[in-house]
Amino acid sequence: MAISPPSERLWWNEPIAKIELVWIVVAFLWGVVMFGMMIYWHAEGEQNLSNEAYRTTPEVFAEKANAMVEKYTVREEAGYPVVHPPPGSEVYLIARLWQWWPILELEKDQSYRLHISSMDWQHGFSLQPVNINLQIHPGYEMVLTATPDKLGEYGIVCNEFCGIGHHTMIGRLYVVE
Amino acid sequence: MAINEVFRICPSTGLKIHKPAENLIKANAVAAVVFLAIGGLFGLMVALTRWPAVHLLPADWFYLALTAHGLDVLLVWIIFFEMAVLYFASAILLNSRLATPRWAWAGFWMMLVGALIVNAAVLAGNSSVMFTSYVPMQASPWFYLGFLLFAVGALIGTFVFFGTLVVAKDEKTYEGSVPLVTFGALTAAIIAVFTIASGAIILIPTFLWSLDMGIVNYIDPLMYKTVWWAMGHSSQQINVSAHVAVWYAIAAIVLGAKPLSEKVSRTAFLLYILFLQLASAHHLLVEPGISSTWKIFNTSYAIYLAVLGSMIHGMTVPGSIEAAQRARGLTNGVFEWLRKAPWGNPAFSGMFMSLVMFGFLGGISGVVMGTEQLNLIMHNTLYVPGHFHATVVAGTTLAFMAITYLLIPLIFQRELILKGWAKLQPYVFAIGVGGISLFMMGAGTLGVPRRDWDIQGADSVLSFDYPATAYLMMGLNGMAATLAAVGGLMYVVVVVGSILFGERTADKKPEPGVAEQASVVGHYGSAGTLKLPGTAILVTLFFTAFVLYYFVNWKYLSEVWPLR
Repeated sequence: MAISPPSERLWWNEPIAKIELVWIVVAFLWGVVMFGMMIYWHAEGEQNLSNEAYRTTPEVFAEKANAMVEKYTVREEAGYPVVHPPPGSEVYLIARLWQWWPILELEKDQSYRLHISSMDWQHGFSLQPVNINLQIHPGYEMVLTATPDKLGEYGIVCNEFCGIGHHTMIGRLYVVE
Repeated sequence: MAINEVFRICPSTGLKIHKPAENLIKANAVAAVVFLAIGGLFGLMVALTRWPAVHLLPADWFYLALTAHGLDVLLVWIIFFEMAVLYFASAILLNSRLATPRWAWAGFWMMLVGALIVNAAVLAGNSSVMFTSYVPMQASPWFYLGFLLFAVGALIGTFVFFGTLVVAKDEKTYEGSVPLVTFGALTAAIIAVFTIASGAIILIPTFLWSLDMGIVNYIDPLMYKTVWWAMGHSSQQINVSAHVAVWYAIAAIVLGAKPLSEKVSRTAFLLYILFLQLASAHHLLVEPGISSTWKIFNTSYAIYLAVLGSMIHGMTVPGSIEAAQRARGLTNGVFEWLRKAPWGNPAFSGMFMSLVMFGFLGGISGVVMGTEQLNLIMHNTLYVPGHFHATVVAGTTLAFMAITYLLIPLIFQRELILKGWAKLQPYVFAIGVGGISLFMMGAGTLGVPRRDWDIQGADSVLSFDYPATAYLMMGLNGMAATLAAVGGLMYVVVVVGSILFGERTADKKPEPGVAEQASVVGHYGSAGTLKLPGTAILVTLFFTAFVLYYFVNWKYLSEVWPLR
């Protein structure tokens, strides 16, 4: 039994039953397939993180974001500037207690280099209803090239706990023609 | 001689039981159950708050309760119970004395005091930082101190276990190799050492930082997360090793099941030791500043070798049950062995449901979520707690509950009271937890964030409306959690009631028990008992579900915005 010492002293010489052997081979090969799938997606898939990131400070990052906001603000909404940067440009998004700032307005099927960083604690960038989720750290500037492919109004929800106002940390993003 | 006074012979199993070991098992198991009750209550309050129609707690209390829930059940209940499992798998199963009971008691008290300090720090209201306490968010120094004290206590218990193995070997209390269950417990203990070391490496500097005395001024948040999860995730692998050992133990005690092959089952445990520690990466798949190469290698435990270990156990545990049942003559059709299994015995029913739910719900969702790119559409949504409630609650907690029903007569020497409740309890709890897990995963795929007091965004300047289905999922989750809480309460009542008021088994004549049944099972490795069509069908079903669900999620991923 499993609660008593093996009845055969030389248990490592026991033969392995066929059903076990088949299952081990199947399970191992499935692991290889799943491992290969991640690599394959880097080659052929369209949803991969760039791995591009820089060390930064809240001050430096905020300065860049402010410069973008000053240049490309098109209107205001609920106290937030709505920024419409040109396609292909560098776009900055600030995460801080408890807002995503500013509101971005992007054009459909255009690519943007999106920079995100936190001013204080960790935050979770969760774009809804697309359900793209990223972890945002203070001191790190994450860069990825995003190509919004559907029109609409999107929410950016914070999904990393960031204190008592965490649930109020909701931002907005528009994708327009 | 004094040595005779510290042992008793168990009348039903013939095992030689070291009384100090027995007392330690009792103390650890009781402490575990108390914290399960407390943590479970916090969990119920969390779920009722997340049920939009009920919305029980105010925001500050919600985050406090969520922090306490994670600490008390994920850490305190499980590790206390694991100490009991370690002492059982060493001293009791090896017929040995426990090494240095005094150190074991010191470890126990440190764990208890540590757990109380952490709870006090959280209840004081200034440490609602969640179980993970990600920096730069800061808790009170007591929070980290209590955590550390608890971990050191657990480390002492782990070394008492190692010491007992040495003592047993030295005093020749058993012949040949240690039993498989002890081997599994050893796996858990080895991983525990790695886990606790990682915890110390990250929590000691964090504690110094929280003192604000200038000793440590800055902790890099990414470094914190990487090392913290070397503890946080590895501690879940202690649970996996421990509850797999418990599955084997229950199958052996209730049905006299033998492992199909000692070699295969032990190698599967060895795979855990070699590869499980890489899983810190599961929590870092959408972080800035970490390369995809690192992510792919680590998140897959180097080509899924630890997953291979679990898949092997997932086949050999039901396989050994089928072999034992068939050897007993339940050979009709493919599933007579399963149909006529002792479903009325809560140890067996709990164990089998733990096995099935851990595999189908927890295992599959874990691998899918831990795939580098797929994590993009799941990270930090409610899918994550959905997954780990299937592994840690339906898997570990249910397995530990199941073996409690065997420990009460064996170690506490009491009959179960409320036998009808005990019979029903695993089902109530399993259905509840299965619901929690599925509905949270469902809500997560709809984007509902974890650790969030109010998804309606009533207090926020900008808002986002979740689909009605998400609200439905949260309501169903609340109901399922209520059911699970009822199951948990039944467990606590039966266990505490039996320990206090159960009839003493020592007063009764020994019943023909385990040893006799065990002999029914023949030699393993013989071709006769190893036709296992039922198990083959079960694992085929599992594999099909796994493959389909895996690729469905790639399909979902391919539909989101292109990212480079």
